[in-house]
Amino acid sequence: MAFLSDPISFIGNWLMTLLLGWGMTEAAATAVIKFIGAGVVGTFSLALVIFTIWLERKLYARIQDRLGPNRVGPWGIFQTFPDMIKIFTKEYITPDGADKIVYNLAPILAVMAVLLVWAVIPYAPTVVGTEVNVGVLYILAVSAIGTLSIILAGWSSNNKYALLGAFRTVSQLVAFEIPLVLSLLVPVLLAQSMGVNSIVRSQDVWFVVLSPLAALLFFLSSQAEIGRAPFDLLEAESELVAGYQTEYSGLKFGMFYVGEFLHAFTVSALTATLFFGGWRGPGAEQFPILGIAYFFVKTFIIYFFVIVLRITMPRVRIDHLLNFNWKFLTPVALVLLIATALVEKALQAVLPGLAVNPALVRALVHFGVNLLIALGTFAWLRRSSQRERPRVAEPRPTIVAPKTSLSDPSL
Amino acid sequence: MAIQIIFLITAVVTLLAALMVVASRHLVHSALWLILALFGVAVLYVLLDAGFFTVAQVLIYIGAIAILFIFAVMLTRRDMRDSGPQHTPGWWLAAILAALMFAGVMIMLISWTGFSTPLPALAADADTLSRLGLALVSPDGYLLPFELASVLLVAAMIGAIYVSLAKK
Repeated sequence: MAFLSDPISFIGNWLMTLLLGWGMTEAAATAVIKFIGAGVVGTFSLALVIFTIWLERKLYARIQDRLGPNRVGPWGIFQTFPDMIKIFTKEYITPDGADKIVYNLAPILAVMAVLLVWAVIPYAPTVVGTEVNVGVLYILAVSAIGTLSIILAGWSSNNKYALLGAFRTVSQLVAFEIPLVLSLLVPVLLAQSMGVNSIVRSQDVWFVVLSPLAALLFFLSSQAEIGRAPFDLLEAESELVAGYQTEYSGLKFGMFYVGEFLHAFTVSALTATLFFGGWRGPGAEQFPILGIAYFFVKTFIIYFFVIVLRITMPRVRIDHLLNFNWKFLTPVALVLLIATALVEKALQAVLPGLAVNPALVRALVHFGVNLLIALGTFAWLRRSSQRERPRVAEPRPTIVAPKTSLSDPSL
Repeated sequence: MAIQIIFLITAVVTLLAALMVVASRHLVHSALWLILALFGVAVLYVLLDAGFFTVAQVLIYIGAIAILFIFAVMLTRRDMRDSGPQHTPGWWLAAILAALMFAGVMIMLISWTGFSTPLPALAADADTLSRLGLALVSPDGYLLPFELASVLLVAAMIGAIYVSLAKK
């Protein structure tokens, strides 16, 4: 029963007794166990990617009315393995004049930035890599390392187009970090803690009900952060070959590829954890297995939406993208944060005195405030688009051909 | 004992990285060594049990300021593989001055009683994070410096917007 209710500590204790029995000092045994734990977390998420790559390709195909991988294994589920072998065996071509150390470091940093996030996501009440009380801030910090890796990749390739791609990418990523951070602060406010497991534990009512606007903002900004359509100019094949990844071949490109897919899955896991209750569900506290199951069901549903969004929306132009961020997402996020903070403080002062169900009232009030902000935003957008329409509908000056000797024989 | 070893390794790595920041020939390499030095400082914060400062250091310094440095280098150099000599002509004078300043600071620190008193251990469940937050916003805490820093940031933002505004 101890294994069922707290598997990680059970295995940890068993390993500790084993290693101490072999004659290691306690400090060394602890270090070894922690290394093994870190390795397990990293390997598990990379193994998940093998499945999610197949899932994504199959869904793409079905939405595009074609079959997708269907040769290797039933429904093509083993397709990722031959792809992996192919990428492993490709030649590494390092461009002339590339800065070797930085060139090789960039893909490593890109994957590292994503794998580090999995250390703080709770799969179950007691199955979590490590419980830090600043989990949310930690997630933001390691995402910043991913941004760094992109600019290093673009610069070290000694390729103008890769560099341009890297600049555009970093400007998009840095821009969308702001609504991401602001909308991440809303669950922190509602749960009054920055630890991810604490946020999950305090979701008696899912935060998507308390603050759907924050969930939407987080979802949109994180789609832009991972470079997914409709924000995927970063790999606009028609424009920049492959952007900052142009000069990478073989496993180095494979690492960027895996990092990108893993990032999409990680972001779905984060949305599920912070807004949809993570491992919460009936019976999750007693049986961590159920917690893990709930967590993965929610993550995969959100991942499904991510894929559908990617496959159905056209790409947004860079200036429209940045306008969307600075003129829409950031002000809405700021207003939402201020309103949520005020309402939360007001409720804390007022609710204990009232004779109502506090959770229900809190949920209704927060939902109402979100609804108000959304309606206000729509009204503002409608007014500004009505102002814009007459301006755009003005006849534009047509281009007059210059007079040359071909059109005017007198010249 | 293990903490001492980790501290020594981290200190050596940080100092070496800091040295390479000024001794590196390529500007972008200097920025990368700076990132390593900042990361070393983050590890020192971990050794001091200050988890919040660790992530704040990584988030702010490495995630924002280092990227800003790299952007500044990339956007202002004519050729980004710009390299220069490793030291300026008057380097021996700078070394003497730096050694004198270091000696002065060390003498002042050693003669301070707080240098060798062990720190009082925090209670195991001390909620340092919320106490830091409260200290930053309480009027008899550090509210005034906090607001002044915010004013400084707003001034920097206004300056940036003004400088980059298109001349109509």
